[in-house]
This record gives sequence, C-alpha cells and structure tokens, in this order.
Amino acid sequence: MGEMEQMKKEAEALKTQIEAARKAVGDTDMASAASGVAPAPRVQLKTRRTLKGHLAKIYAMHWSTDNNLSSLSSIGVFRLMVSASQDGKLLIWDSHSGNKVNAVPLKSSWVMTCAYAPSGNLVASGGLDNMCTVYNLKTPVIKTVKELDAHTGYLSCARFLSDTEILTSSGDTTCALWDLETGKQKTVFLNHVGDCMCLSLSPDMNTFVSGACDSLAKLWDIRDGQCKQTFQGHTSDINAISFYPSANAIITGSDDCTCKMYDLRADQEVISYQDAALNSGVTSLALSMSGRLIFAGYDDFNCNIWDSLKGEKVGVLSGHDNRVSCTGVPEDGMCVCTGSWDSFLKIWN
Amino acid sequence: MTINTLSQDGVQRQQMPCLTKTPYYWMSTRWPASELDYAIYLAKKNIRKQGELIEYEKECYNALHKRINHTWDFVVMQAREQLRASKQRRKADRIVLECQEQAYWLVNRPPPGTLENIDYGPERRTMNTRVQLIRMLNSTKKSYVKYCEQYQPHDPIMQGCLPSNPWITDDIMFWNMHSETVAVPTKLRVERWSFSFMELLNDSMGRKEFLTYLEKEFSAENLCFWQACEDVRHGETSKIPEKVDEVYKQFLAPGASRWVNIDSKTMEKTLEGLKRPHRFVLDDAQMHIYFLMKKDSYPRYLKSELYKNLLARAIVPQETKKSVFPFMRRQRHSSPSPALATQIGEDDGKGKNSNSVKSNSGTASRL
Repeated sequence: MGEMEQMKKEAEALKTQIEAARKAVGDTDMASAASGVAPAPRVQLKTRRTLKGHLAKIYAMHWSTDNNLSSLSSIGVFRLMVSASQDGKLLIWDSHSGNKVNAVPLKSSWVMTCAYAPSGNLVASGGLDNMCTVYNLKTPVIKTVKELDAHTGYLSCARFLSDTEILTSSGDTTCALWDLETGKQKTVFLNHVGDCMCLSLSPDMNTFVSGACDSLAKLWDIRDGQCKQTFQGHTSDINAISFYPSANAIITGSDDCTCKMYDLRADQEVISYQDAALNSGVTSLALSMSGRLIFAGYDDFNCNIWDSLKGEKVGVLSGHDNRVSCTGVPEDGMCVCTGSWDSFLKIWN
Repeated sequence: MTINTLSQDGVQRQQMPCLTKTPYYWMSTRWPASELDYAIYLAKKNIRKQGELIEYEKECYNALHKRINHTWDFVVMQAREQLRASKQRRKADRIVLECQEQAYWLVNRPPPGTLENIDYGPERRTMNTRVQLIRMLNSTKKSYVKYCEQYQPHDPIMQGCLPSNPWITDDIMFWNMHSETVAVPTKLRVERWSFSFMELLNDSMGRKEFLTYLEKEFSAENLCFWQACEDVRHGETSKIPEKVDEVYKQFLAPGASRWVNIDSKTMEKTLEGLKRPHRFVLDDAQMHIYFLMKKDSYPRYLKSELYKNLLARAIVPQETKKSVFPFMRRQRHSSPSPALATQIGEDDGKGKNSNSVKSNSGTASRL
C-alpha cells in the first residue's frame, strides 16, 4: 500500500478511535448535556401574513434592524424587510401591514441575494451579473449608489457592516470586503476551493464565517484577511450559514440534507441535525433569538424546526408550494419569515 | 478534532483547537518554543501540583533550573503572574487554554519514547490530547445550554411576549413599549443588560443609563471614548483622519479635557500609530478602555442604586387578549395602565390615528 493509502486508512481509523474515546471517557455528548433542559415545546407556528407581490421565484430576503424603529413607528411602519426575486425587483415591505414601501427595479433580473444596511439607509443586491449594486433608499427617488464590480463569479451573498462597508461572497471562490465610498475591494479573502455560497457576520463584526461548495465552512478575521479556522464534516455544498447568538458557535446547512453546529473554540462539529426521512438539501437557515430553535428551509417545500440543544425536530412550517429559498428572523425574534420559489413570503409565529 | 488534508510531503498535520483571540499556542504561528517558555510552563505546573510533576517533566525542570539559573526568579515570577491571570478567566476559557497549552508542549517537548511520524509511519500515541479536547468540549456544550436558558424568556417564539405578539393580536403596543424614547422600560429589557456588557452597550437606553452612572463616578470619558472609537471604525474612510485627530485632542493628548487612563505601553503604541491614521489605529486603546469598563464599572453599575431603582420601576406589561375577529386590521388598544398613559399620549398621539388612512398598495392575506 502506498503511503497515501496508508494515511487515508489512518484518517478513517482515527475517526472511529475518536468516537470510541468519547464513549470510553464517559463524558456527556450534547444531547445528554442538554438532558436537564426542558424539551422545547412542540412548536406550532401559524402563518400570520402572506406577502404577495413578486411575480417570480424569490431568492433572498433580509430583515431590517431595530435602529430606526422609533422614527418609523410614529408613522405606523413596522418591521421593514427587503426581498429579491427573479422578476427583476427588490421589494421593501412593511411586513406588519403587508404594504410595499418601495420597489427597486434591477438592471439584471438574475438576482441571488439582497441585504439591508443596519442604518436602514441602503439596500444591496447581486447575482449572476457578478456585481453587487447598492441603492440609497432615503433619496426622493431610489438611486444606485455604487456598482461593486470586481468579482469574476456570481454574487451569492452580501452583508453590510455599516453604511461604508459591505462583505460579499462569490462563485469565484472568494469573499471580499468593499469600501462603499471608493467602490473598491479593501480585502479579499482567499482560501476556499469551491464557490462561496453564504456568509454570516459575527455580532461583534470582527469576524465572519463563510460556507462553500467545497463542503467547508471557514472563519475569517476581517481586519487581517486571514482564514483562522476551517470546519469539516459536510459532504456536499454548504448553502446556508449563521452565527449562534452567543457567537461561540456556527450553524451550517448543506445539500447533504443535514445541518451542523460547530463550536468555534473546540474547532469541531458538536451536533448534527439530521433525519433519515429527510432527503432534500437545506437551502437556508435562521435562528430564534435565544438560539434554541433553528428554522431550516429545505428543497422539499418545507421549513423544519430543530431544537438546537437536543438535536431533535420539533416542528415544521409547511405552506409553500415550492422550494423554500430563504428564511430570516428579525432582531427582536418576534417571528420567522420564509421566502419561496412560489413567489410568496410567509411570516410565521 | 479536525484532521487537515495531506500536504505534499505526505505528512499529516494536526490542527489545534483555538480561541481566536489568543493565538499563542497555535501551530501556525510557529511561536518558537523557547527554553524560557518551557521553564515557565513547568514552573506553573509545579506550583499548581505542589511539586508532583511526572518523571520526565521533573527531569526537564531540574535540568532547566541548572541551565538558566540566572533568570530563575523571573521564571517563577512569570509563572505566578500567569497563574493569577488565568484565575480571572471564565472556567470554560481557562480549560480551553490549559488544553491548548498542554497540547502545545506535548508536541514541542514530547515525552520520551514518542515516535517520530516520519521515521516510524502512522502508528502514534496521541490519545492524551484528544481526551483533553473531549473534556473541553463538554464545558463548551454546557455554555450553550446556559445561554439558551438565560435568553429563553426573551425569545418570543419560545415563550411568547407581553403585552402580546403584534403579529398575532395586531396590537403594536410591544413595539411602542420598546422604542428608544420610552420613559419607563420593561423589566425584561433592563434584566437583559445584566447578561453581558455588550447587551448593555447595544441598547441605546442602556448606554444612556450607564453614562449617567459613569458621570457620577467621574469616569464618563471612558464610554465617550469607546463610542468615538466605534465611530471611527465603522464610519466613512475619508473622515478617519479628522475623526482620529478629534479623538486625540479630546481624549489622548496630555492635558486633554477628557483624558482617558490608558497604560503607557498602549498609549505609546497608539500615539505612534496616529502618525498614519487608519480605521483600526485606535483598536488597542479602545480594547483597553472596554475591558476597564467591563471589569470595573459595569459590575458596579449592576450593583448600584441607579440600576436597582430602574429595575424596580420597570414594568411588566399586562397581557392583551388576542383579537376575536382576526380579519379586522384595525389596531386594538387595550386600556393602557396608568403608568403608560402619559407617555403614550405624548409621543403617539399622531401615529395611531394615521394607520387608518394608510393607502393600501399591496395585498396581504391572513389565515
């Protein structure tokens, strides 16, 4: 046997040894560590709103933050969010009333992501045009502020850090931090070997994680542009990723039909959310405010709800007539929104 | 335990666990494993275990003691310092760091008899490290349980919310009660400030209250400095030089009106960096002040009369019943409690009435 073969065999043997060692040490696994916790109640969420207005598949949605709550509440607007659809439009919704506050026509209809700036002043979109376009919502007529054009692959995800910086992930396997004043890339994050599909900013905005088609999730330091940690475990493209609210862990969702939680300090997978009956890939995920519940959207038109501590499925959101492409929980944790290829957005709680 | 892909020379490299903010024991940084460091590590272990080191470590310890006897005082002093500092950390962090340190020294000063990978092939003894890792893993798992339990009352999907979830009852009172300008906050909101320093800082009302407290303690400049640094970090690039200059004039210059107390080393480094200002030039100073507030002012604030009084005054909203006819979109107002009556009258007189004349340009259906 060549040395390569031997090494591979050892890798497999070590994996089994680790499992055996865990049992031998007799320490608790996550489920038993959580056994003292009361089980999450059987979660039955109902659709409270169905937002109709898009004419084609919805690919992305993003909630606005609470920052402008008081100024908006005095005019009766609550809970803004942006959604992107391949009918070539970004729609800004006042989701509580169901009114459309704004509609932004896109130059390219092949949109894959959208983002709301924390200040509420800007939104961004991007897709197969390889560009990230940023729009100002506060001018009398919505204007394009910048077209960020440097990626050589499709734009899969974008997130604002502030009104002056935005992070993007792209099909060209890189992520980039842009300066919105100059429109240039400040830092390029190189390490993935497959298309980057998703990213999530840490609450303190010093780091972010990205998931890619190479089935790896990576943690990056925004300041120095280096990949600090890599998380293995998935066997297919990672489509969705999110920081746990305590910022000590990340949750990923993949085409291999599982979601996984990785602990950042232990640098490894802690728990895997899977079910033999589920054989469609995860497209998106969002966490409830305490982190206890994971809302994961799947290709089989449903959104499954997982208990993050016990690893069990505790509910399902069914109602869409096509794949659930995006999910999001607003900052106050009041509800969960799902967007689907059936062109509707549903708000549940 | 992650096992990296094989590199060109066929050598399997172990990936060490890490705390992203303390890279001392990462293999990738190639921190040179000096005699001095090893001596300090053994001295720490010696102190902790009161002389009961394992055989080969005892031998190494004695050998080092002979070799670098001239700096032995320094070694012992450093060891004591580090032990004292580690006691200040949270248990989970301490365990993680100890595991990292142990693993680091296992690799750099392997016990006698450890097989060299290249010489002897894949058969190796490396179980010790993994057992340590598993123990560390359990303390981190418990931290998740703790976090979820602490935040559960604040998670509307898990536990509902008072007075009611606006999505279910169409009553927007919850949002009104949590706005930035409300006179009396809710109990849950004030309690949340005690979860962590960041929770307090993230809430604008929390920041205001904390500032009031700091003013009484004559250390308000710390929070102002921290906020000014945040503004530099997240603001426009073109404004950075002028903002940094302002910060210097107000907070860092000798004799500045709101001079902040930073240790001399950090101050020196910051002043040097100010010659070529960039977005992160104030990071070290900001971090120093942040930890100062977190370790000192913040715990005292939570014990202060100011905080306790606010918590006592904070309201627990009464539950409003779900609207009987769900298809009515008109806002339902439960009669507000007397404590709220004046405040709502003031800032929402206009808001609520305007809802009924909203132009409805979209469709929204509800079950």
